[in-house]
Amino acid sequence: MTATAAPVLALSGVSKRFGAVQALTDVDLEIRPGEVTALVGDNGAGKSTLIKTIAGVHPIDSGTISWKGEVVRIAKPHDAQELGIATVYQDLALCDNLDVVANLFLGRELRRRSVLDQVQMERQALELLDTLSIRIPSVRIPVASLSGGQRQVVAIARALVGSPEVVILDEPTAALGVEQTAQVLDLVERLRERGLGVVLISHNIADVRAVADEVAVLRLGRNNGLFRVEDTSGEEIIAAITGAADNAVSRRRARKDGGEGNE
Amino acid sequence: MSEDLAPDPRLLVREKGLAGYWEDFKRRVRGGELGSIPVVLGVIVIAIVFQAQTGDFLTPRNLSNIMVYVAGPGIMAVGIVLVLLLGEIDLSVGSVAGLCAALWAVMSDQHGVNDILAIVLAVAGGAVVGTIHGFFFARIGVPAFVVTLAGFLGWSGLQIWVMGDKGTINIPRDSLVKDMYGYYFSDISAAYGLATVLTAGYLFALWRQERRRQQAGLTTRPLSEIVLRAVLVAAAAFVAAYELNQHRGLPLALVIFLAVLLLADFMLRRTTYGRQIYAVGGNAEAARRAGINVEFVRLTVFSMSSALAALGGLFTAAQAGGASKSLGSGNLLMNVIAAAVIGGTSLFGGRGWVWSALLGTLVIQSITTGLNLMGMSSEIQYMITGAVLLLAVVVDSVSRQTQRSAGRT
Repeated sequence: MTATAAPVLALSGVSKRFGAVQALTDVDLEIRPGEVTALVGDNGAGKSTLIKTIAGVHPIDSGTISWKGEVVRIAKPHDAQELGIATVYQDLALCDNLDVVANLFLGRELRRRSVLDQVQMERQALELLDTLSIRIPSVRIPVASLSGGQRQVVAIARALVGSPEVVILDEPTAALGVEQTAQVLDLVERLRERGLGVVLISHNIADVRAVADEVAVLRLGRNNGLFRVEDTSGEEIIAAITGAADNAVSRRRARKDGGEGNE
Repeated sequence: MSEDLAPDPRLLVREKGLAGYWEDFKRRVRGGELGSIPVVLGVIVIAIVFQAQTGDFLTPRNLSNIMVYVAGPGIMAVGIVLVLLLGEIDLSVGSVAGLCAALWAVMSDQHGVNDILAIVLAVAGGAVVGTIHGFFFARIGVPAFVVTLAGFLGWSGLQIWVMGDKGTINIPRDSLVKDMYGYYFSDISAAYGLATVLTAGYLFALWRQERRRQQAGLTTRPLSEIVLRAVLVAAAAFVAAYELNQHRGLPLALVIFLAVLLLADFMLRRTTYGRQIYAVGGNAEAARRAGINVEFVRLTVFSMSSALAALGGLFTAAQAGGASKSLGSGNLLMNVIAAAVIGGTSLFGGRGWVWSALLGTLVIQSITTGLNLMGMSSEIQYMITGAVLLLAVVVDSVSRQTQRSAGRT
């Protein structure tokens, strides 16, 4: 496969074990700037575990993670943040008791003479929400009082505060209505236009085909195919997710057709 | 977008003028964001009821005494507020107060340690005790409830051991600890001066903030609100100063308590560390993922709680006339925790402010003093204080449920 740009983040041979469960086995993944890489797979395929290893929530057991060509160690969330990796989790990870501004700047508050600079934070928050065309009732109300879609866009906006180079979105459209989903997908495209490397985890093949450039499939904790979206059908991706291509019938047909199909 | 012409109906825009505040207030009450409103009303009702019953509740002498008595439990309640903001509880503050008062008394009286040094060492001892609690809670993962319950027993045992064969140790005549109870700045300019400084400082901070917001093009408070706030603060400060001057002047205890409150308030609202405390209390996992060192925050909050308990213990010793084997036992612990909750800090973490320590101790001390004036015995006082605590927790729980149903967890 011809790479359009050098990967900013590359995982190779990554494995992760939780007690008796081998969650990830020899997984490879490359993230390029200005591209959306969709990470798909069935429940329990290891998608969430994989992004948590990148985000520093679960350190990897073996394999290497390279950042701009250099091997790095990500042992805790702070390491990932330092590199420029921002993660938006499925369970949102917002503090419900804090207001929108406080959540946006959580972990990287602006200070002025070592005192919180509320004014500057609020101004930048409004600017950021404005450039992303996000509308919320007020930036000074607790996040708990926002709707699901609003919380999701706040969570995504928050990932952008530290000017990251890679943004990981874990099922950003899972619980959203039609309009909110479209808004979030618009937002994903805006991230790509800004030259960020985006990892999008989703169960929704339509969403994936709508915004992703590349689709990486995980199955049972292993790589199970890497596709360019423009020359792949939804059925092929689904086949790779469910393992439908991985049975005696399809292997036989693949041999007959002279090695077509995936892998 | 055409929405630019008319404001989006989903946006919260406060109407101009006082009507806007009334709407805003009603929205908050409906949403369950009561905060400290019930307790402020409570203090007023308590004062009116006892004044009507006894006729001498609102005398300068009585009000001044209440101000002195709230200092010790109030300082301890500030520590409890910090712990409650994390969504945890510290059951050891009474024992730690007693232990540190005993340490101070033994060092100062038996071993002739310099007075100030002994006070500093006693408070530092409290911080060490709290760090031990924090270590077991944050690092080992033992529930804070159990760690501090063990501390509750263990430290009061150590307190008795430290006191040795002495039942009580009286405060040395020239000790600063004696002044924590008995010293008043009798010059009337002291109380008025402090009231002036507080009001001016509040007004200045508010004005500077609004000016910066205006320069940054953000929404600002209308002048009427700034004036109203300043008038309320000034009224409270100057009425208190006037009453204190009618008796013996400005008590040192109140000055120290206010200093602790102001410092803690600054820390919680103006520093990154304070923001981290709220974040950990709101959603510890989110805080961890945001790169906050949750362990460090928990450890330091517990050590601050115990250090404040130690300082409060010295005030309690000052009021009791000395350290003893039983100092800090009894209902001190419950009163302190009750004060923090009654003051409006949530038991469920992440919501509250340090001023609830002041408001809550004022409620409890007012009830105690008022019932004393009426000649009620202590068993009645216990029952009434218990009922008030239950009421406060009910208000907290109900407002939490209302917040849930209003879509606010």
